[in-house]
Amino acid sequence: MSPQAQADAAQLLAGRARWHPFEVLFWLAAAASTVLLPGHHLILTEIAWLALFALSLDLILGYAGIVSLGHAAFFGLGAYAAGLLAKHELVNEPLLALLLAGLAAALLGFVTSFLVLRGADLTRLMVTLGVALLLRELANKHAWLTGGADGLQGVTVEPLLGRFRFDMFGHTGYVYTLAVTFVLFLVARRIMNSSFGLSLQAMKENPARAEAVGMPVSRRLIAVYTLAAGYAGIAGALLTQTTAFTSLDVFSFERSADLLLVLIIGGAGYLYGGLIGAVVFKLLQDSLSTITPQYWPFWIGLLLVAIVLVGRERITAWTAPLRAFAGRLDRRRGAAATKA
Amino acid sequence: MLRKSLLMALATAALAGLPAPGLAQETVKVGLILPMTGPFTSTGKQIAAAARLYMQEHGATVAGKKIELVLKDDTGNAELTKRLAQELVVSEKVRFLAGFGLTPLALAVAPLATEAKVPQIVMAAGTSIITERSPFVVRTSFTVPQSAVVIADWAVKSNVKKVVTLVSDYAPGHDAEKSFKERFTAAGGQIAAELRVPLQNPDFAPFLQRAADAKPDALYVFVPSGAGAIVMKQFLERGLDKSGIRLIGTGDLTDDDILPGFGDAALGIITAHLYATAHPSPKNKAYVAAFSKANPGMRPNFMSVGGYDGMHLIYEALKKTGGKTDGEALVAAMKGLAWESPRGPIAIDPQTRDIVQNIYIRKVERVNGELHNVEFATFEAVKDPVKAAKK
Repeated sequence: MSPQAQADAAQLLAGRARWHPFEVLFWLAAAASTVLLPGHHLILTEIAWLALFALSLDLILGYAGIVSLGHAAFFGLGAYAAGLLAKHELVNEPLLALLLAGLAAALLGFVTSFLVLRGADLTRLMVTLGVALLLRELANKHAWLTGGADGLQGVTVEPLLGRFRFDMFGHTGYVYTLAVTFVLFLVARRIMNSSFGLSLQAMKENPARAEAVGMPVSRRLIAVYTLAAGYAGIAGALLTQTTAFTSLDVFSFERSADLLLVLIIGGAGYLYGGLIGAVVFKLLQDSLSTITPQYWPFWIGLLLVAIVLVGRERITAWTAPLRAFAGRLDRRRGAAATKA
Repeated sequence: MLRKSLLMALATAALAGLPAPGLAQETVKVGLILPMTGPFTSTGKQIAAAARLYMQEHGATVAGKKIELVLKDDTGNAELTKRLAQELVVSEKVRFLAGFGLTPLALAVAPLATEAKVPQIVMAAGTSIITERSPFVVRTSFTVPQSAVVIADWAVKSNVKKVVTLVSDYAPGHDAEKSFKERFTAAGGQIAAELRVPLQNPDFAPFLQRAADAKPDALYVFVPSGAGAIVMKQFLERGLDKSGIRLIGTGDLTDDDILPGFGDAALGIITAHLYATAHPSPKNKAYVAAFSKANPGMRPNFMSVGGYDGMHLIYEALKKTGGKTDGEALVAAMKGLAWESPRGPIAIDPQTRDIVQNIYIRKVERVNGELHNVEFATFEAVKDPVKAAKK
């Protein structure tokens, strides 16, 4: 590669990695919610781990183009791993247990990635769905370990870092979940804005051509699938640790399907889709089920159909001037940076 | 329609209850968490309807406090039940948590009830251990073993010698299997096989075949309310009714809510349970009439009385504390309460906070063209046998 090309590539990557004002605003708002909305920390906690879970799906679907209907497999494994570690007092520090749960899920992701690589979209849907169903049935059958259909009872999560107890109001849980989600988001952002992330998108657009220019397609897909599995496992572990409970529902097909919806609402392939989708999805679900506890699934369905038919672009059209303004700011900053 | 009349009732009650204009009446919120969507919708609908009916009949004001129901749908998912319960306590400041359609849902909330010191009124879930998980749990539904031991006694008396048990593989199912087996074998009966079927998406056919192969006198079944229809259908498809095997079970099998859809094949099934729509008492006749009027097309089942009596328990406890909403005082007030329910006389055991009630032996018959569980024998004041055995 010529020095000029190298410099161009470096500049391109640096441009992608630059923080957009909206991103800063988004995370500031998230941080502010820990202080400003103390009465809503429980649902915010759910939003935070769902956002992480959706981010995990975005890594493989939005960037690498791997469709999955069984992402709950990794979520569930992480949830049960964290639950069992805490229940049997194997690992008392929640943060360490979280890491181990993530590693367990990543290992499962690594192993199953070879199955997922073997097919096109439809095959992948079936394989991922199958893996999740298999795990669910395993957990159901091995009731001595998992509690079966009754769920994993008797989980006590020790205080975080030995100091912060998981309180009834969910304050500790929320700050913890949000912090973990933020850190993992930073990592994902760094990775996806590197040459690795760019190459994933190239593979998604045209795998044959990517292979032809010498990209190790399979290896990179395995890597990103493993990473995403680990993320999903950590999201599941966060659920267990903040509720001190887990049940077979963590593996359910609905969970995987809902996750796809979350990503569809928010949009795939730009990291924030999962986060925004999680906020919208949970708030919709919560407010609708409060208004009509019996018929809320109908309204959710109607809204989803509307969102898909109308298109996200038209719904968010009102933000266009704002985005244009932010873009101008961005370019100006970029130009300044190049000059300097 | 119901909501409108309820609103009207609320409005009148509020107007009547106001001592002077401008003096705000204090509201006591009751968080009612039920599966209103998903596979256990029937349970949720029955209990919600009965709780609303109770408030409609008795007014929304008790001991100077205005009662407000806050209904939440947990879809039968325990993690959601727990989050909703937490939110109800933290943001809505509810003074009672009530509902709980399934055992895992009730268990998930028990530690929270202890921590928040809020009475947890279990209106449906039937595993024996629930009341032991928190000193704030009080139950108005039933325990599965109550019915299981009674049907075991009946089987012994009715010359049934050899039984195959078939239960759903979760805590209440294990309770139902164990209690039946202990009582039945203690009296000299023989259990030919113990079969456990997965709770989710069950296929009973292979299990029923194994049951038929064992050639028992009777097949004892426990499945959660609602799954009974599938068991019945597959029981008939395999022709087990013609091979001389009697079908017995706890009343969950012939749930009054879905019984009319079973058809004539259900005739003659013997079950033991706490309540039948056809229970012959004036109190129940009035209850069924009011329930069906408020909810056209529905008839009250055993889940509904758990909700109805749960509301009564809340009202009576508030009367006893004079409107004080301290959790410990409320639970203390609930202990030992006894009253006449549509299902017959019931009481809250002061030691266990569990329900003491009559268990009836019933047979499915056609009454005025509709299928009903008709009671023909009564076992009076049955306590939870599992907890009774521990003492």
